[in-house]
Amino acid sequence: MTTPEVTLLPEAAQEPRTLNSLMRGATRWESGLVVLFVISLIYGWWVSPYFLNTETFFFAGLNFGEIAIMALPMTLIIITGEIDLSVASMLGLSASTLGYLFMHGWNIWPAMGICLLVGVVGGALNGFLVTRLGLPSIAVTIGTLTLYRGIALIVLGSNTAVGFPAWTQKLSLPIGSTHIAYDFAIFVVLALIFGVVLHMTPVGRSIYAIGLQPETAYFSGVISGFLCAFAGILYTFQQASSASDTGVGLELNVVAIALFGGVSIFGGRGTIFGVFVSVAIFASLQSSLTAINVSGQAQSIVTGCLLLLSVLIPNISESVTRVRTLLRRRTSEAS
Amino acid sequence: MIEQPVTTPPAGASLVTKILRFRELAIVVAIVLVFVLTYFKNSSFASTASIQQMLSGPSIIIMLAVGETLVIVTRNVDLSVGSVLGLSAYLVGDLFVHYPHLPVVVALLAGLLIGLACGVVNGVIVAYARVPALVVTLGMLYIIRGIDAIVVNGVQIQPSQIPQSFVNLGAGSIIGIPTLFWIAAAAVALVGYVMRTFRPARELYAIGSNPEAAVLAGVRVPRRVFSAFAISGALAGLGGALWLAEFATVASTAGSGYELNVVAAVVVGGVAIFGGSGTVLGAALGALLLNTIDQALVASRVSSFWNQAVAGLLLLVAIAFDRYVSLRAEKILRVEGAHRDNA
Repeated sequence: MTTPEVTLLPEAAQEPRTLNSLMRGATRWESGLVVLFVISLIYGWWVSPYFLNTETFFFAGLNFGEIAIMALPMTLIIITGEIDLSVASMLGLSASTLGYLFMHGWNIWPAMGICLLVGVVGGALNGFLVTRLGLPSIAVTIGTLTLYRGIALIVLGSNTAVGFPAWTQKLSLPIGSTHIAYDFAIFVVLALIFGVVLHMTPVGRSIYAIGLQPETAYFSGVISGFLCAFAGILYTFQQASSASDTGVGLELNVVAIALFGGVSIFGGRGTIFGVFVSVAIFASLQSSLTAINVSGQAQSIVTGCLLLLSVLIPNISESVTRVRTLLRRRTSEAS
Repeated sequence: MIEQPVTTPPAGASLVTKILRFRELAIVVAIVLVFVLTYFKNSSFASTASIQQMLSGPSIIIMLAVGETLVIVTRNVDLSVGSVLGLSAYLVGDLFVHYPHLPVVVALLAGLLIGLACGVVNGVIVAYARVPALVVTLGMLYIIRGIDAIVVNGVQIQPSQIPQSFVNLGAGSIIGIPTLFWIAAAAVALVGYVMRTFRPARELYAIGSNPEAAVLAGVRVPRRVFSAFAISGALAGLGGALWLAEFATVASTAGSGYELNVVAAVVVGGVAIFGGSGTVLGAALGALLLNTIDQALVASRVSSFWNQAVAGLLLLVAIAFDRYVSLRAEKILRVEGAHRDNA
């Protein structure tokens, strides 16, 4: 850092920040994201003339749908000061359960119902361990990450379930004659619901308050389980197959998207709008980098850099403000 | 000798020591229990080959867990260890491709330095830019993995490119115990001793128990946290070199997903995820236990599909157990404190 003399002042770090300045900081981050999104679109258009068409939009929606859907409850959970690393395993468990039941002759609808139930139970278990037993969520959900993936393995083993009803394959096509992916449409609807509930209702606003956190953390866990199971069903239908390793490793992508969207890892701060734009940026960058043949693994450099910047930029601007205050104080003392 | 003022050691300190010893003992008992039960089902579980596998299997995870313990003790976390391991394994392999006669020690040192470089970056950002470690190391996990993919560029390291002397390190044994395990045990002994004895290492615990109090007590928090990350990176890099010695083939996915296994081993080993307590030995035993259970399931012909579920359950039990013990300890301390106040 460029300001060692400032970092030596512990009281500067603990200066109470007014609600106003907090709000301003948050809005600034989201407007930065919007600017970045526009830049990423321009970049995409610059590297590939085919970038700005509806096809790209459709595939980006299709590829990012599940991650985006899981990022919504993740936002809720991180705002309550917890984290859920079991999301991708829950997606895998739901997909495996669906595959198992369908292979054993179940009708697809009740099978889907069981999957969602599995999601609710899994989410409730996370919530119970974290809020009722007071265990640290990061450790608990690393445990359930392993556990749920383990159950998925027991359920489906090394089998791959295929042959789902024909109508389910429609989910991997655009809606009607539009170029909107079903995943994307579902994500937008869910994001709207989350946004309205979180930002415009007393219940939502109280989630940011400290007092209600155990209860909200519990229900966020349940909602997360439910939506991850739902994402698992969607994913299965889109791939037209399900295996026990469905979605392995996605949990960190989901966390990355939420954090880049301006959700503070310490809880209490973050907006659905920010996460929405964050999803858009990741999807757009992925499309443009794929267009210029950058491999998926190499693309992770971009993910990592964005993540680092998301925490470093607010920090640097904070330091700059601190230096300014310090200088002002010094000059006023001198005069 | 300087005469020490006569004081009775505070009850809290001895109680904490007792609990930690008890915690390590509990894992040892669990390992022995798993071993004996499996032996009754399948006597080949006690064969030399099986026991050697039991020791060499978790060696690399133990290396990483030692470094991770230092970081977690300071109330941080290092999620980049799996990526660091992958990058180091490939680069050391690449070194052998260019210099086939490289001495083994130089190769190990190279791995260590590659890891150290990654750890230094983590440490600088976390300690001096004061940014949450989870976010930084998650970002570094992606960045290092991406760099790894670009460096590897689809060309894997093949066993034929690795000199026999280095492969022996991974497959060989000294007085019947795998060389890999000797190296891991040496790391545990060395770091474990340092963590018990020296002031800078003890300060890591102080930082983890109460960061603000540590600052007020004059602990140079940034410097200590930086060191913890640097050491964690270095050990992960060394782990990468050992990975190369063990498997002799490296793709760009080497070690991906390891970070969560390492954190799991550390937590099973009784290191508190929010810092301040836990030992390197405990973390190593945690890794040993998880691996022994894996092998026990295979030996008792339980389908290997059960491994993960059992590991997950064990992790949850370990966390719940730690919580229970710490609540009990708190209660005992409060009662003792009350007695002392009354006296």
